[in-house]
Amino acid sequence: MSKQSTAYSPQKVDVLVVGGGNAALCAAITARQEGASVLVLESSPKHFRGGNSRHTRNIRYIHPAANSFLTGPYTEEECYQDLLGVTKGNTVESMARIVIRGSNNVGDWMMEQGVHFQPAMRGTLHLSRTNGFFLGGGKALINAYYARAEKLGVKIEYDATVDDLEIENDEFRAAYFQQGDKYYRVEAKAVVLASGGYQANLEWLKRSWGPTAANFLIRGTPYDKGLMLKVMMDHGAKTLGDPTQGHCVAIDGRAPKFDGGICTRLDCVPFGIAVNKECKRFYNEGEEIWPKRYAIWGRLVAGQPDQIAYIIIDSKSIDLFMPSVFPPFVSDTIEGLASQFDIDPDALKATVEEFNAHCKPTKDFDSGKPDGNATEGLEPPKTNWARPINQPPYYGYMLRPGITFSYLSLALTERCFVKKQDDTPFKNILAAGELTSGNVLGQGYMAGFGMTIGTVFGRIAGKEAACLK
Amino acid sequence: MSEIMNEAHRVTTICNACRYCEGFCAVFPAMELRRTFTDEELKYFSNLCHNCRGCYYCCQYAPPHEFQLNYPKAMAELRKETYSEFAWPGFMGKIFKNNGMAVFGITLAAIIVLLAAAIGANGVQAFFTAYTGPESFYNIIPYSVMLVVFTLIFLFSLFCLGKGMAAMWKITGSKPEVFFSLKNHIQAVKDVLVLRYLDGNGEGCNYPDDRFSFIRRKFHHATFYGFAGCFVATLIAFFYDHVMGWPAPYDFASLPVFFGTVGGIALCIGTGGLAYLKFVMDPEPYDASTTSMDNAFTSLLFLVSLSGLLLLFMRSTSLMGLMLCIHLGLVLGLFLTMPCSKFVHMVYRYAALVRNAQEQRDGKA
Ligand SMILES: Cc1cc2nc3c(=O)[nH]c(=O)nc-3n(C[C@H](O)[C@H](O)[C@H](O)COP(=O)(O)OP(=O)(O)OC[C@H]3O[C@@H](n4cnc5c(N)ncnc54)[C@H](O)[C@@H]3O)c2cc1C
Ligand code: SF4
Ligand code: SF4
Repeated sequence: MSKQSTAYSPQKVDVLVVGGGNAALCAAITARQEGASVLVLESSPKHFRGGNSRHTRNIRYIHPAANSFLTGPYTEEECYQDLLGVTKGNTVESMARIVIRGSNNVGDWMMEQGVHFQPAMRGTLHLSRTNGFFLGGGKALINAYYARAEKLGVKIEYDATVDDLEIENDEFRAAYFQQGDKYYRVEAKAVVLASGGYQANLEWLKRSWGPTAANFLIRGTPYDKGLMLKVMMDHGAKTLGDPTQGHCVAIDGRAPKFDGGICTRLDCVPFGIAVNKECKRFYNEGEEIWPKRYAIWGRLVAGQPDQIAYIIIDSKSIDLFMPSVFPPFVSDTIEGLASQFDIDPDALKATVEEFNAHCKPTKDFDSGKPDGNATEGLEPPKTNWARPINQPPYYGYMLRPGITFSYLSLALTERCFVKKQDDTPFKNILAAGELTSGNVLGQGYMAGFGMTIGTVFGRIAGKEAACLK
Repeated sequence: MSEIMNEAHRVTTICNACRYCEGFCAVFPAMELRRTFTDEELKYFSNLCHNCRGCYYCCQYAPPHEFQLNYPKAMAELRKETYSEFAWPGFMGKIFKNNGMAVFGITLAAIIVLLAAAIGANGVQAFFTAYTGPESFYNIIPYSVMLVVFTLIFLFSLFCLGKGMAAMWKITGSKPEVFFSLKNHIQAVKDVLVLRYLDGNGEGCNYPDDRFSFIRRKFHHATFYGFAGCFVATLIAFFYDHVMGWPAPYDFASLPVFFGTVGGIALCIGTGGLAYLKFVMDPEPYDASTTSMDNAFTSLLFLVSLSGLLLLFMRSTSLMGLMLCIHLGLVLGLFLTMPCSKFVHMVYRYAALVRNAQEQRDGKA
């Protein structure tokens, strides 16, 4: 070690958990219930504990019957087919099945730990059968897990960032962590890595996604910097998932750089036109019902100059989508809107007029389903909800790509041990959560499945780690 | 627009884009019926909020997050402002500014006036004499004085509260016909009786800290039903005395004493418990400037019931006169301050629940 470290007290624990989100706590609680002494090292201060998990609202899990908050059964097969659909087959079947089977009725276990559920939120009824919604959202879940872990006697350190692991002959010996101005070394019989993706590491993002990544907003925690991913890669761990990709959605450009969370999403794209800073349209805004298209717009905006886009709608459409956190820009003229955005007023007016001229509404407008009102002879077309933008006042929003998480993951064995390049496992290094999601989600995203992966792998890893004590 | 109103707008806009808290209480579902908010509507929300604090502890945007979201605090601050604004007559509104001192002062004055009058009229010796049997209380304070003074003050305060409720209805932009629907009142009464919105969808609320518990709901129930018990005791006693012509004090086994005792004990436990919770709780999701208003109200209720219980046990001793004056002075203080103390929360919360019943039934604002 280059840095001088002090021994942590106790010098050694049975199970060390790196991270303090959903996966970490599921692992810690399980290991402790199996009788192991457990230390959790969470990089953030207490107020921001829980990583991206604190921004979530639901978990998808299979269950044989309806209950007080899920409207009907959800089977393994159906869930697997849904997964194949979103990942276009890019999943490891054995790992996917472990997660899906492990999720069976997992809500009951969660409730035993103090998590509370509620029926699906308004506006998300399409998930009411498959996803359990946390009463109060992810932070309430995280609070419940911390309270539970503390009660069981799990030791928790905040502001504790692990930056190196001592690994000899494929065996973990000790971890090094910075806490305030102290640098500690702590030994453990097994370690569970549950420190999330690397999406908050702007330098790394720029290196692997290109310089445009500097303009991306990070929807979740600033603490997921991928340190453990990097350390394990340096020690020869095998990785999965595209390193140049992540889950990326279009969010309000005024959102904070980090931690803006759910309230910065914008659902208005289908009801207007999207232009880039040159005032050009670049994609079919009316392709599909919004939740399904949500995920591609991040990438689309990322591909525009300066990674920015503008949505223009008129007063006919202002009430058709979920209210958003920042008020829209408003003007009585298209040019007025353009000057607020600092883009060319004449060019924007021309684009809107061209779009309007190609709108040929043939059917009744219906915001609830693809209504078939398409533009004629326009490139790119708008294939649904195309109606002229002509009723002032005009409204505008600014879009930027917002990263939810990165895909690059550590490859796991079926018992959640981290694999080396040659597919054999490290002896006592396990992992769970976002850091391992690539084992299941090769691409795409299925609502509520990030929490499933963290919960199931976390519990398996916690149990396996406790066996090594 | 006041800074407090600005803040209420700011946080409500964030919440309505997030909506994670919709399972806790009536405020979020009411919010979701709207896209934008008028000042009037936020005043209504602030009185619909039961201050359960669920939405603070689970908020990913709570301080130190840059959004600095503290919804219970924003609502509490606005609520306090509305108490002044709704008050009738207008000068009562000013009393909310320094409420603890005012309630204390008014009550103390009531006690002193009663004591002075009673001692002056009876002489020290008679005042400190042990009386027994019916009408013994009237030896200290004459029947007619009790009847006239207490009834008049009580009715006047009720009238003020009624005017306050009318003002609230108007200022929050609520529709008159909503108030005149029996269905809404049935729903609101149910919500009040079970304290529906202090149960956080079955999990309780967050007192004294981030964990869910039913403790505040239990203390509030004890206070509410204890108060109701005392009120019933008073009504029966009034009926016995003024209609049946059976003057107080009554037997230990009589109905007024039974209701008064049980109610008084419950009220002591409830208000004592609420004050204790206020003392030990995490002060973050709270408007500290309401402490004096809150404590004045719980202390007054506590003292009214405690002095009532003491009076019961001391009523055949020579200290009865003193105890009676103190107890009645406290009751008078309570009656006098009803329209300008935390007592008003009952009225406005109830009215807000009436409006909420209509909105949720219609599924629109
Ligand atoms: C806005 C938003 C909404 C979402 N909604 C949902 C949803 O509704 N349902 C769903 O299933 N998924 C959702 N997701 C995805 C979900 O958040 C993740 O899949 C899941 O939280 C991952 O859990 P985790 O425990 O692996 O990681 P995290 O919860 O991110 O936890 C990682 C933890 O590790 C800590 N850490 C990082 N590095 C170190 C280090 N070196 N040393 C010590 N500690 C470290 C971090 O501080 C953090 O506490 C959402 C994501 C976002 C951003
Ligand atoms: S209090 Fe926080 S978590 Fe709750 S709805 Fe508002 S912003 Fe969302
Ligand atoms: S404090 Fe409780 S009652 Fe008030 S708004 Fe928040 S959740 Fe609702």
